[in-house]
Amino acid sequence: MFSIIECRNITYYYPLSRFPALIDINIALEAGKIYGILGANGSGKTTFCSLLRGFVPAFYQGTLTGEVLLKNKPLSDYGGLLAKEIGYVFQNPFTQLSGVKDTVFEEVAYGLENIGADADTIEPRVIQAMEKTNIKDLALKNPLHLSGGQLQRTALASVLVQEPDILILDEPTSQLDPQETRNVFDIVKALKEQKKTVIIAEHKTDLIAEYADEVLIFEKGRLTNRGNINHILSSPDLIDRGVLPPQAALLSNKLKQYGISFDSIPITYDQALNVINRLLHTEKR
Amino acid sequence: MKDILFQNVSFSYPDSGSVLEHIDLKINGGEQIALIGHNGAGKSTLAKLINRLLSPTDGNVWIGDMNTKEYTAAKIAHHVGYVFQNPDDQIFHPSVEKEVGFCRKIVRQKGQNVRAQIDAALHITGMEKYRTKNPFELPLSLRRFVAMASVLAMDPDIFIFDEPTAGQDLAGRNTLINIFRDLKEKKKTVIVISHDMEFVFENFDKFIVMANKGILFFGTRKEAFQTPQLFKKAGLEPPGILRLCRHLGIEAADVETAARQIYDKWVGLP
Repeated sequence: MFSIIECRNITYYYPLSRFPALIDINIALEAGKIYGILGANGSGKTTFCSLLRGFVPAFYQGTLTGEVLLKNKPLSDYGGLLAKEIGYVFQNPFTQLSGVKDTVFEEVAYGLENIGADADTIEPRVIQAMEKTNIKDLALKNPLHLSGGQLQRTALASVLVQEPDILILDEPTSQLDPQETRNVFDIVKALKEQKKTVIIAEHKTDLIAEYADEVLIFEKGRLTNRGNINHILSSPDLIDRGVLPPQAALLSNKLKQYGISFDSIPITYDQALNVINRLLHTEKR
Repeated sequence: MKDILFQNVSFSYPDSGSVLEHIDLKINGGEQIALIGHNGAGKSTLAKLINRLLSPTDGNVWIGDMNTKEYTAAKIAHHVGYVFQNPDDQIFHPSVEKEVGFCRKIVRQKGQNVRAQIDAALHITGMEKYRTKNPFELPLSLRRFVAMASVLAMDPDIFIFDEPTAGQDLAGRNTLINIFRDLKEKKKTVIVISHDMEFVFENFDKFIVMANKGILFFGTRKEAFQTPQLFKKAGLEPPGILRLCRHLGIEAADVETAARQIYDKWVGLP
């Protein structure tokens, strides 16, 4: 498979910090996949996301060794054009706001204006992004008057509208209700169908289990596990890594403790329903 | 212990129609309640009427024998502690310890030991090791605990937490469970606003469900399960475990109970 973005021997220190925030990261991410980034707080998830977008070190400074390649070219070669390639939704949606626009509509359009998009295309694209994120009703509101959840969806829309090949979403649903959260993950799924690459840091492991193709587990700055999602998320030692396992896996591992055997531990509710239904509707082996 | 009483309360923001209409509600002192509802259902507005950041357009809100209309928000703050969704709305001191020590005036008035209050709050939130740090050097998830510690140190009778689990990892969730357990032992009233269905259905027994400018449901976890279509009417997605269990014909919303019931069923098989 074609690797779209690759980290080679990355170690990174924030300014004035004695301890590295990322240690010896080597990974190539493939185009057209959804990657879930999991780990305890402070494990390096956000720093990793910032690294892929070039904010580390360009914005945060600090000491970086190793290199990040985007489509086989060093990130630093892209300069300002990186914004066209990679969309980034910040953990705190307030960070995303331009602060210079008076309406949500203009805010969402702002990125397109900045990359010099054709004026005729801006309006339909903005409307489409606002429809996807269910914020059309907010079009004329002042972004500074929005609730946390509304702001978070506005931040997502302002990135979606630019249609980048890679999207990095840092806890994009932390302030959303369950239905809006589900909607964000459905948007992510649709992006994958358009062959986009999505990298999403999340604590909601249930949804990562359902939607992601691969997971990356971070622990104290190191990438300690990656790859097969079923294998990683069904493991009971996920808890020791500071990650809440999917509820379906917790339930099944509990049943396993009670003496019920499973061929493989389910990680999504649908899988669990299938397995347990079969269990309850066949005679004991 | 002070009860919270809403008498026919309505509220509208100046330029955007009514948010709450004709709310009657009584929360007994010492109850621990999860307040749920979709984005924009009025949860935060209801909570801000309790701590007097907002005042009803119509009707009255009582905290014990105080009609909140007759008091300032600063006075009500002695009785109602509010942990904001965004910790940066309430943090303003240059060190964690000073931030948490902001309570000292209120604590002294109550005749409590300031040092002990601050230490206990730093301890239970896990913030002891960050005492001398500037809160703004800490990540968002820890800044939330700084904000929480400063409210805990004030030791009010009533606590409101707005989305406490947002951005918290496994360790953070366990710290929260500990804090709620401690407050329960101290017979404090706790209201937790949350979208985290898994967390609230695992840790709370009483629920207020808001929708359509009012209260759709107020009752126990068990009653919530027995109310048909409750989640659908509220525009909420039920916790995954509950959905799974319903398909299996059992009633449980947490992993432990679900596992035990499934096991019992399995054991009973021929």
